[in-house]
Amino acid sequence: MLPIGHYLFLSLALFIIGVIGVVTRRNVIVVLMSIELILNAVNINLVAFSRLYGDVAGQVFALFIIADAAAEAAVGLGIIIAFFRNRETVLADEMDLLKW
Amino acid sequence: MNAVFQATIEFLKLYWAPLLCGVAVVAILPLIAGYIVLVERKIMADMQARLGPMRVGPHGLLQPIADAVKLLIKEDIIPDNADKLVFWLAPVFSVGAALLSLAGLAIGPEFQIAQDINIGILFVVGISALGIFGIVLGGWASNSHYSLMGALRSSAQLVSYETAAGMALVSALLFTGTLNIKSIVEAQSKEGIWFVMLAPVAFFTYLVASIAETNRAPFDLPEAESELVAGYMTEFSGFRWSLYFLAEYTNMIVVASVATTLFLGGWLRPFASVTWLTFLDFVPPVLMIAIAAYCVLRMPKQPTRVQQLFMLAVAGLCFVVALVLAAPVVLPVIKPSLREAVAPFYAGIHGGFWFIFKVSAYIYLFMWLRFTLPRYRFDQLMRLGWRFLIPLSIINVLLVGVALIAGAYFHLQGWGLLLVTTPAAILALVAAFLILAIEKEHDARQDQTAASDFYAG
Amino acid sequence: MLDKVLFYFFAGIAVASAALMVTRRNVVHSAIFLITALLATAGIFLQLRAEFLFIVQIILYVGGIMVLFVFVIMLVNLDVALHQIQFARQKWVALFVALALAGQAGVMFWSSGKMPGQGFPVLTAAAAEHLPANSETVAHSLFESYLLPFEIASVLLLVAMIGAVVMAKRRT
Repeated sequence: MLPIGHYLFLSLALFIIGVIGVVTRRNVIVVLMSIELILNAVNINLVAFSRLYGDVAGQVFALFIIADAAAEAAVGLGIIIAFFRNRETVLADEMDLLKW
Repeated sequence: MNAVFQATIEFLKLYWAPLLCGVAVVAILPLIAGYIVLVERKIMADMQARLGPMRVGPHGLLQPIADAVKLLIKEDIIPDNADKLVFWLAPVFSVGAALLSLAGLAIGPEFQIAQDINIGILFVVGISALGIFGIVLGGWASNSHYSLMGALRSSAQLVSYETAAGMALVSALLFTGTLNIKSIVEAQSKEGIWFVMLAPVAFFTYLVASIAETNRAPFDLPEAESELVAGYMTEFSGFRWSLYFLAEYTNMIVVASVATTLFLGGWLRPFASVTWLTFLDFVPPVLMIAIAAYCVLRMPKQPTRVQQLFMLAVAGLCFVVALVLAAPVVLPVIKPSLREAVAPFYAGIHGGFWFIFKVSAYIYLFMWLRFTLPRYRFDQLMRLGWRFLIPLSIINVLLVGVALIAGAYFHLQGWGLLLVTTPAAILALVAAFLILAIEKEHDARQDQTAASDFYAG
Repeated sequence: MLDKVLFYFFAGIAVASAALMVTRRNVVHSAIFLITALLATAGIFLQLRAEFLFIVQIILYVGGIMVLFVFVIMLVNLDVALHQIQFARQKWVALFVALALAGQAGVMFWSSGKMPGQGFPVLTAAAAEHLPANSETVAHSLFESYLLPFEIASVLLLVAMIGAVVMAKRRT
């Protein structure tokens, strides 16, 4: 295993790129994909520390995060499909009415 | 620079065997896939009372070579508005996933293709699931309605049957407690009974699910010519199409190998642990000698000289294989002191023979089903996957788990486990019939309301 | 040495794919780059000897979640979208805020005067050859210490499945 700093930098880089994707893009699907990237950055962090300390709890936590990401992606994409069916758009700034 | 060079040499010294195996597999597998296609065409012909390819080479044996040459020299047509990056990438995904999943398999106890991975079976199943992207992206990149529909249908089918296949594998993995391929076959050797007898419903579920996973008939709607003009593969011509095609047949081999390892005892001969049946060790060489004798007997009846010589050559080849197979079993009989020296060869050669035999039998079953059963309509396919196979496989996991706990309570082992697993299998069959009955009643009620299905037609 | 090569290889692919993912105009290209980023992350897990998590990442994330994403992208794909503005109106402010976050982390590393990882109670991990079997260890931990979160996760997945089906159904 490399020194822990390598994994921390990688995790930070992916996290920042994910945050940039979430706050910058208009397409809601790309925003959801950037959220998945953020969750992956956190997973790398957890697994790296789990390996450093020899405690498998980090990997179990990462497993739960993956399951959670699956659930969230499913519901989020369901919402996008429902919205698209009504308003024919997937751009975030065109979703601007609370009720139509 | 010197350090890098040294490190590379160290790496090659450690991993030369898996690398060589990998290169050999990627080089030889297209040829093997081509010959599996020839075998399929011959079996199809046999079941349809005709002869199959006979022109190219003796008995059509050079047909795959001719097909390969044809595919390689065909013009590479890219549709007009197709996305070039994705169009290039899609077959690569498919064939890459299929070939990579081969790396986790093992043909004999010391005969792994790449490495003895601790998560063996899960690796094979998981990586072969990546082939879905090849299909979906290929259909999308073709910029054509038929392709996209075929791709979406095909990937929906694959995703649906993946769960059922996984659950079926879990039912069999309950007996082993490990995912390691060598340990799974050793568990079957230790118990002395193949898992197909301990979990027959799981084997049946995996059989059906694996036919759907590889897009074979009767689940081949996404690529049926009369339905969707070859579906997602429509716009791919020449070498790109041959990549998809290679991916499909490699997937067949992978799925057959997984079923063989987990259910059919891998590289064990039938009744591997029963000592008074060791005469069965002579079956492989005797079988090959019988085939050689048959070829020699048929030789005079061949019409042309080339075919006569070819029959003799086949007979000679089978005889050589018979000698190779006979050596590890005959030598210890003649000279008992050689038994330990010959044991690894026995395990490797005979193990390889039995493994390839079982994989071929499974693939023959695939082909037999292809030429016998009519095609499933897409909504029937989805209904079978979601509303029959998945509940059945989950119920089977529960029942097998309960049977195992009961078996451990009564300290049953080996063939004794059949006492608890047979009731479990019977209960699973009862559950299957119950599900079918519920489905039929649901259908009767549906027909009354006449609601139309989204996917039908 | 092999560890280093593997790490830099997978890390490079992950960061490059992530950067490409957030900047592509075509959503399907973004999805493909996310797939490669996730595969590279799985490679990092494998390099950290977390083999069970490696295969779970591939089966669930790449083989499940990304297939879902690609399906939805094909269902809502509008050709019109290719010619629209890709970045929101607040992109410069947003970029500044994100880079401020990165700068914050950099300042944190700089002012502490140490490399990340220095001063931790454990500096070097156990040798890879002495690691227990990963799948068995995770399984023991999951079914003994963390059984309740495991069951809650199953209920969560069931709820999410029902929610997604209800959201995506046609209201006939």
